[in-house]
Amino acid sequence: MFKYFYFLLFSLLFTQDYTVDEIISKIDFNLNSENRVLTSKMIVHGRRTSRTIVSKNWIVGTDKAFTEYLSPPREAGSKMLKLDNVLLTYSPQTERVIQISGHMLRQSVMGSDFSYNDIMEDKPLDQLYNAKIEGEEYVNNRKCYVLYLEAKVEGISYPKRREWVDQEYFLPVKEELYAKSGKLLKSTSMDGIKKIGERWFPSRFIFKDELKKNSKGTEWIVDDIKFDIDMPDVLFSKSNLTK
Amino acid sequence: MINFLYKGLIRDRSRSFFPLIIITAIVAIIIFFSGFLNGIYNSLFFNTALVNSGHVKVVTHAYNLEYQLLPNDLALLGTEELVEELNSKYSNYIWTPRITFAGLLDVPDANGETLSQNPTIALGIDFLSKDSQQLEVWNIEDKIIKGKLFSNINEAILSEKLSKRLDVGVGDIVTYIGATMHGGFATHNFTVSGIFNLNVGPIDKDMMIVDYTGAQYALDMNDASSEILGYEQGLFFDNNETVQMRDLYNAEYSDTTDIYRPFMLALRDSNQMGTIVDFSNVIMFIIMSLFLVVVTLVLWNMGIMSGLRRYGEIGMRLAIGETKGHVYKSMIFESLMIGFLGSLFGTILGISITSYLEKVGLDYSKAIDSLSSSNFAMPNVFYPQVTGELFYIGFIPGILATVFGTMLAGRAIYRREMAQLFKELEA
Repeated sequence: MFKYFYFLLFSLLFTQDYTVDEIISKIDFNLNSENRVLTSKMIVHGRRTSRTIVSKNWIVGTDKAFTEYLSPPREAGSKMLKLDNVLLTYSPQTERVIQISGHMLRQSVMGSDFSYNDIMEDKPLDQLYNAKIEGEEYVNNRKCYVLYLEAKVEGISYPKRREWVDQEYFLPVKEELYAKSGKLLKSTSMDGIKKIGERWFPSRFIFKDELKKNSKGTEWIVDDIKFDIDMPDVLFSKSNLTK
Repeated sequence: MINFLYKGLIRDRSRSFFPLIIITAIVAIIIFFSGFLNGIYNSLFFNTALVNSGHVKVVTHAYNLEYQLLPNDLALLGTEELVEELNSKYSNYIWTPRITFAGLLDVPDANGETLSQNPTIALGIDFLSKDSQQLEVWNIEDKIIKGKLFSNINEAILSEKLSKRLDVGVGDIVTYIGATMHGGFATHNFTVSGIFNLNVGPIDKDMMIVDYTGAQYALDMNDASSEILGYEQGLFFDNNETVQMRDLYNAEYSDTTDIYRPFMLALRDSNQMGTIVDFSNVIMFIIMSLFLVVVTLVLWNMGIMSGLRRYGEIGMRLAIGETKGHVYKSMIFESLMIGFLGSLFGTILGISITSYLEKVGLDYSKAIDSLSSSNFAMPNVFYPQVTGELFYIGFIPGILATVFGTMLAGRAIYRREMAQLFKELEA
């Protein structure tokens, strides 16, 4: 009873500094950019062993991305190119460029907890979702807005999501991604937030596929990131895959 | 006395020759029919054993819990050692490692870009190693309808249905796209060396078969395998034996804290196979029982008839002073001898025919030609099977029915009145 009273009192006293659109816009500003180059490592915690995959990524907006895998040896030399809605991969073992499409898009990338679809749908939130503020909560002693987002476009992988957005950094430090039915599909978290130029950016993401039994999650650690770098168009061409 | 009866039987062909022929023929039919039913029973489960389950198989306990996802990250490690151990423990079984994996097959155009794609379920089978018996177990050469079996790890054979869907033929290259055992991106080019048709309905519709070592290489599964399959040396499925093996093996590896412990599954443990095995056992038992009852009645009737036919002879023997008990006993001994010899000859004949057809097979392909286009998994050739029970099953009706028939007919001896005998003989 008292709990509800305090909640009502808190709600009445609480005044939001930002509208939901402003919060979304700030998240999009932090996580997206005109272009960026980053070197990262993905630590895939398998059920028996963990693997570390190092890659370098060149990204322009949300439509162009080129990834080259640097290690381990079996993965080294593999490349991936995203051009609008097309995802192409190159593997040195077969010396072939293969388009990832159909049900393959739902498959895991390098055994990690995120899928090719997750790469394809890496667009700003305001283009994909309508959001509302559900309230405030503390995550790791940090005060966060709790946002609930529902898709405004058809056919995306996660029609619903809930985000805990840090009130200082405007980054979703915790996120839950749901199917249309409300079933939890994935959860993510981020930490190691640093100021890079004008934006706050996390240095570590943790993805967890909630449908994978006993999944220990995948860490994605950004070792180095540079924003707004000039990149030649040839970088995002098919011919660059086979070079 | 036995010598006396034997001479009597030999000298009077009507008492020995025809009953012997009838018993021999009927026992031979029993043996063949039983062997034929065994063969059908085995055929029913052989395709499942061949493609999916083996007669028994060993996987990790964790793999078994998620087997529908083909979780090769939970595969058996140290396969070579495990196979050696199984070979020494169960030497009456052929043990072979296998990798079962799924993914996408991609066909390139002239520029090396994707022309067509199709999902595939692939089997990595140990066809190429020196000591492997998989060529005989699969009889794969007979199932290849175009081209030939692969000869190295970079070749593959595709099912006819899959090759049509991808529009590829012998000599074309297909790229397998999937995941390695460790979750990495797996791609491997395979040259299509042949097209096969297992003739078992939809099981092979998306199937590609590669060599076990090829699958190991493509999926980064060094000394690892999805499962180790065991086939009885004679390829004969014995439900009770496999269940017993499974229970003993799993009792040995009962450390429940180790989710990667080897775990044996009998054929009946595969998806819904237990119900089918039990149902088939009941049906086979009913068919065999009905058949045995019918042939027993025939032999019993023969025993009665041959007893009654000797009505005059028995009257004469009683009239000249032989006791009723002695006559009755001698008739039973005679039928016992005829029954035994008939059953022996019948068993030899029946097993010879069954053994011959076990090797040659009964080709039903023309008779079931109309079914070949349906999805019903029916083998085209039935092979009767010689099993241990065939060596004694014919003796049951062969001896017992003949003797009981004679005993029943012989009861009339005790009803004969001495006073009536001479009247009957005079007549």
